[in-house]
Amino acid sequence: MQPTSHAFKANAHQALGNANLQKALGLMRSGFPGRRAAALARLPEFEALREQGKALKDHVLENLDFYLETFEQNVIARGGQVHWCRTPQEARETVLAICRRLDAKTVTKGKTMIAEEIALNDYLEQHGVTPVETDLGEYIIQIRKEYPSHIIAPALHLVKEQVAESFRRTHRDLDPDRTLEEAPTLVAEARAVLRQKFLAADVGITGANFCVAETGSTIIVTNEGNGDLTQTLTKAHIVLASLEKVVPTLEDLSTLLRLLARSATGQEFSTYTTLSTGPRRPEDTDGPGEFHVVFLDNGRSAMLGTEFQDMLRCIRCGACMNHCPVYATVGGHAYGWVYPGPMGAVLTPTLVGVDEAGHLPNASTFCGRCESVCPMKIPLPKMMRHWREREFERRLSAATYRYSLRLWAFVASRPPLYRAATALASRLLGWIGRPRGRFRSLPLAGGWTQGRDMPAPEGRSFMSLWAERRKTAP
Amino acid sequence: MPAPPIRVGLFVTCLVDLFRPSVGFAAVKLLEAAGCNVEVPASQTCCGQPAYNSGDKADTKAIARQVLDAFEGFDYVVVPSGSCGGMIKRHYPDLFADDPALHQRAQHLAKRTYELVSFLADVLKLERVEARYDGLATYHDSCSGLRELGVKEQPRRLLRSVAGLRLAELPGAEICCGFGGTFCIKYPEISDRMVADKAADIAATGADTLLAGDLGCLLNMAGKLSRLGKDVRVRHVAEVLADMTEATPPIGAGPAERR
Amino acid sequence: MSEAREQILGTLRRSLKRGRLDAGRRAELEARLAAHRRNLVPARAAALDHAGQVELFVRMAEEVQTTVARVASAAEVPAAVADYLSQRNLPSRLVMTPDPQLDGIPWSERPMLEIRRGRAEDADQVGVTAAFAAVAETGTLMLISGPDSPTRNNFLPDTHVVVLRRDQVMASYEEGWSRLRAAQGAGALPRTVNFITGPSRTGDIEQRLELGAHGPRRLHIVLVDDGAAS
Repeated sequence: MQPTSHAFKANAHQALGNANLQKALGLMRSGFPGRRAAALARLPEFEALREQGKALKDHVLENLDFYLETFEQNVIARGGQVHWCRTPQEARETVLAICRRLDAKTVTKGKTMIAEEIALNDYLEQHGVTPVETDLGEYIIQIRKEYPSHIIAPALHLVKEQVAESFRRTHRDLDPDRTLEEAPTLVAEARAVLRQKFLAADVGITGANFCVAETGSTIIVTNEGNGDLTQTLTKAHIVLASLEKVVPTLEDLSTLLRLLARSATGQEFSTYTTLSTGPRRPEDTDGPGEFHVVFLDNGRSAMLGTEFQDMLRCIRCGACMNHCPVYATVGGHAYGWVYPGPMGAVLTPTLVGVDEAGHLPNASTFCGRCESVCPMKIPLPKMMRHWREREFERRLSAATYRYSLRLWAFVASRPPLYRAATALASRLLGWIGRPRGRFRSLPLAGGWTQGRDMPAPEGRSFMSLWAERRKTAP
Repeated sequence: MPAPPIRVGLFVTCLVDLFRPSVGFAAVKLLEAAGCNVEVPASQTCCGQPAYNSGDKADTKAIARQVLDAFEGFDYVVVPSGSCGGMIKRHYPDLFADDPALHQRAQHLAKRTYELVSFLADVLKLERVEARYDGLATYHDSCSGLRELGVKEQPRRLLRSVAGLRLAELPGAEICCGFGGTFCIKYPEISDRMVADKAADIAATGADTLLAGDLGCLLNMAGKLSRLGKDVRVRHVAEVLADMTEATPPIGAGPAERR
Repeated sequence: MSEAREQILGTLRRSLKRGRLDAGRRAELEARLAAHRRNLVPARAAALDHAGQVELFVRMAEEVQTTVARVASAAEVPAAVADYLSQRNLPSRLVMTPDPQLDGIPWSERPMLEIRRGRAEDADQVGVTAAFAAVAETGTLMLISGPDSPTRNNFLPDTHVVVLRRDQVMASYEEGWSRLRAAQGAGALPRTVNFITGPSRTGDIEQRLELGAHGPRRLHIVLVDDGAAS
């Protein structure tokens, strides 16, 4: 998809006026954070697990080539194949080639953010293969021709009336008299339609939450069971994964699984955690005949060793966006690409360029809540600041803003000048503003005073009053 | 022989200097009452956060070096703001990571620097204050103080010793008010919606007073509450703890609205 | 090997400011892989005795809408299954995996149960499978694929009944791996390992929990208390 991250402000403006979105975001605010907190309260070891998970991922990143090669060897040993792709284009071509070889007409898909990153659906459609999203949220946004607004809850931006409307429009066999007002009937409708798609599909594509080097297994974590039907009933199972998903052993996997569901949805464990190792065995009566792991780099190998390396610890739980006050105000689509919220503000500039996505690392109050809930302890604000430094060096921010900042810094690094300026400003603003105690509008502060007052200064600067007190003191 | 008084350098912060000197004097009163000798170095301006958070490292360093120089030699440096305190305590050492001499000085300063209320409670072990405030107050946890410096229980504990004051917990007290320093300038529309949500939460508590430890957040919330016509008095927590609320009207209120 | 592969690994090593790991370091990492060292395992289940773990398993499973019927011996399983189905007005025709673990159960004593052994199809409404193990920590079943236990039987039928022996309940996932390695050999996993914690669900519409998204709407465990297999 074409990113619209450069239009973040306009996107956000629209989002603020979108009543359905605001209602949906309200449900998120009252949902995810409380459920996560409750799950953590039940597990006294959570903080220790977090430390271990972080150390584990750091260990993997330092030895990533070894673990990737080991994983590959074990996939091959179990009869599967690994495809290495530098770019989204290489990954799309790899998937299409497999589909064509198997003469696939339709492919079912479990939720995969890598497929979103490489815009796989559009590509397959253009080449005569019909992709069918099977995660309910992904399915809803597919029929609405949208992209996910949240990495674990793709249709979080919608309310049920919008889902009902979309089903009525696209499900041709749907009885017009049937009521679709409540979530259970919507879920049942989607289940019935998608069951037929599962049975008819030729190829199943899933993502991977983790890849275990020791065994060559890929892991998906879902609640619906769609990923399992996707990968079990088809001729081939294609797994899309980025390089940093590999973990050493099943024991290491267990540690990360304990962190993932609790951080994501506040569940003790997701309903389905599935390990897939190679294709079906000769004596098996079901399972895919082929097993392909498509590894996507897309710039990640170059992130190692930079100030953005820590981002590669991310396990895509979504806790950062669930707790982000900016995300909770504007929603995921304002960010203009597939990864929203704090993790997107760090990752998107690496993947689509800081010229396109420069707003994202700026659109944060640095409140730090994202870092405080991240199970991998990724210093998200710090990395957003790194992007701001790069932007400042490259003069990408607005010129007026930069000049004002430099002027302020010039004054602030000259104490006597600064002292004179603040004494004057507080007297002037205090004199004008004191009768009411606040300003309803103020030159150069229109953004602030449009929706709120600006409290007036008391009338004298602290430093000038302090100097007086010192003089008069005995 | 009595122990020599603790020498404290007060870092006033640029917002207190410009907008609300009362907070600075309240800090001085609290520190002196607790037996500290307070000095206010004249060469201080700002901690450099606006530049730091805008990616302007060179200017940040220039300003930070000034702070290092100005606050040399104090036993402690106390800041009536979690945000500026966090800047000095958590970010200065990072800022000078590539310069061993300055890094060492920054670390030394960081170790001695405290946010005002946590200094009173955690370092001076103050358990109560002599103050009176009649009202039902709610408390907003400013983000940097909370998450960078661990300021959470300390202000609540001291506030409970204020005669006449009752505390109502603010739902979502740990959620950002939308100020965010340069954020409210760069993204005013989003910032405004965030503070609107915060104002609604504040109003829902039924409190007549809003307290917090950071003037930036307080200006933001006071400005929104007054624009919405909400009858909530907004003050820095130090003003209440120092029993100095009679002298100055609440933030954003005119002399006539003094209560 | 492909050009892309070499280029990716090359970039990765350049970023890490080193070449290929030397033999010594590789040996260390191989040893780490082979050791299967456990990280922190929460005390919640690990600190309990086996009876406590079984109770915890039942409690945690019920918390996520799994239903559990406890029977004293394998002989009581058919009646428990028949009762469960009739109480909920569910069909008594069921598909059962050819798993030998289910062979010793006297199914014929309940002639009302119409049983087909084999792979589940779309029309099958009720499925019965055996378990490989169960994890007390989170009320999670561990099922594995094989010639006698096709994976689809865990997902296609609307109602999934799992027969679990008491001695299959363990504290942690880690114990599951140990058992699996003992049964299959280290590194030799079956095609599919399914950890199942409750019936299928979704929160994708207004974040309201709905059961039965794509997999089973109902998950019922018949827990056989006498421990030993038939």
